[in-house]
Amino acid sequence: MKCQHCEKPATFHITELTGPEPVEYHLCEDHATKYLHASENAEAPAPTLAGVLAKQLKIGQTAEELARLDKKACPICGITFYEFRHQGRLGCPHDYVCFEQELEPLLVSIHGEKRHVGKQPVVGQQNTADQTELIRLRREMQDAVDREDYEKASQLRDRIRQAEQKQKRGGAA
Amino acid sequence: MILDELVRRAPEWLRGVGPESDIVVSTRVRLARNLAEFPFIRRCNEADRTAIEKTVRDRIREISSWTDLLYLDLNSLSPIDRQFLVERQLISREIADATGARAVAIEPQETFSVMINEEDHLRIQVMHSGLDLNAAWAQINGIDDLLEERLNFAFHERFGYLTACPTNVGTGLRVSVMLHLPALVITHQIEKVFRGLQKISLAVRGLYGEGSQAMGDFYQISNQITLGRSESQLLEEVGDVVPAIIDYERKAREFLLKESPKDLHDRVSRASGILRTAQTISSEETMLLLSSVRMGVNLGLLTDVPIATINQLFIHTQPGHLQKLCGSELDTSERNVERARYLQDHLRNESEPPRP
Repeated sequence: MKCQHCEKPATFHITELTGPEPVEYHLCEDHATKYLHASENAEAPAPTLAGVLAKQLKIGQTAEELARLDKKACPICGITFYEFRHQGRLGCPHDYVCFEQELEPLLVSIHGEKRHVGKQPVVGQQNTADQTELIRLRREMQDAVDREDYEKASQLRDRIRQAEQKQKRGGAA
Repeated sequence: MILDELVRRAPEWLRGVGPESDIVVSTRVRLARNLAEFPFIRRCNEADRTAIEKTVRDRIREISSWTDLLYLDLNSLSPIDRQFLVERQLISREIADATGARAVAIEPQETFSVMINEEDHLRIQVMHSGLDLNAAWAQINGIDDLLEERLNFAFHERFGYLTACPTNVGTGLRVSVMLHLPALVITHQIEKVFRGLQKISLAVRGLYGEGSQAMGDFYQISNQITLGRSESQLLEEVGDVVPAIIDYERKAREFLLKESPKDLHDRVSRASGILRTAQTISSEETMLLLSSVRMGVNLGLLTDVPIATINQLFIHTQPGHLQKLCGSELDTSERNVERARYLQDHLRNESEPPRP
């Protein structure tokens, strides 16, 4: 068998198990050294989000648990855990509350810690629940508009205005 | 247009002054912040993005010490202008290539910029010349305070500042130092240095951040961790390794000077020769050769070019700058010709008359 990258005989047969699917490589000594060297670099303890996520979810989760977890959705922005897992980006600040259990071990793998110790907002607004509520109201209004339920939409619009006014006053205080 | 004025100037961070500035080009710190009352960017519809942009713009305009800020609507800028801002490190490649409402506020000396609707609602960054971690932090901390008085940032008492990607949560702080390491590259020691840095959770990136190749032997060293350590700890962690890397680079330069002075001098002189005489030249080759010339000037092997000129050429010869400077759109081969002309013009000896 020839090396996948050159004409030399393949003397190294590597099965890579770190990706989602096993991948086989047949390489000559030179290319094998290069390949192994590259993956050694990639696996240095500066982990990528995708890698950490994949690893974390493989450990201690059965297929059913994972399927159930994937369906879990944030009540504020509507993102599912499945979407987060695939895009690697969260949907809104409330995700840190509603996916807290799932995120904590992930944060520990990335940062080695799960508690913030740095700067804090001076103004003393440490609970963002009131503000994130606006995200939900806007989303519900959009849904109402899409359903052509304009009565509901206009009710929601009024509540959004009220909430925005309250915030502005809060911000100015 | 005001952008055209910016083109001809050199940004503050490229002045090439400060201690160790032959190796440490610049210091950059950035903070990721999000408004609590909007979804993170990926989950935003256009109305959300527009509302975020407007909210932040209105609040920025209220800040009395910021009246001279240049506020740019990135959606209405041409691709060349956006490319120019990327090359200038004032915006990221990601926000340049995105669509929809997004903007950047730039301080005229280019010591800071605030990107709006990048991966997070706000990305604040401060850039200083040379190694200047504490001053850069003091400045960005003040900027963050000014904005925080006017905006509700998403914050969680245990997780800190909340970000779209969990890799930035907590402080939201990325501390980067840009280093010029040609001798470590020539002596094949650069990989070893990087592996050492990765072991202590520091990341190494190329000139233009994540995923970018190291161009012109420039490397950015930055923290990977953002949660569970204070801002001053993070600054210290990056700051602590820089002297060691500077030391390695100096030793590698000394080694080259001692073991193969002719080869080194030859490399530098040839690089300078090609840059002064080429009729058409790519951006990659230019970076590579300028890197050798930069090291040559710093080692005293070349004496007829000021270091500031070299620093500026690194940025002025890139596609966006080149097209802005000559005032028209150019395809790749036209750019290569224009780049060669530009290099000849700026590397000619001061005694020679400028080309008409």
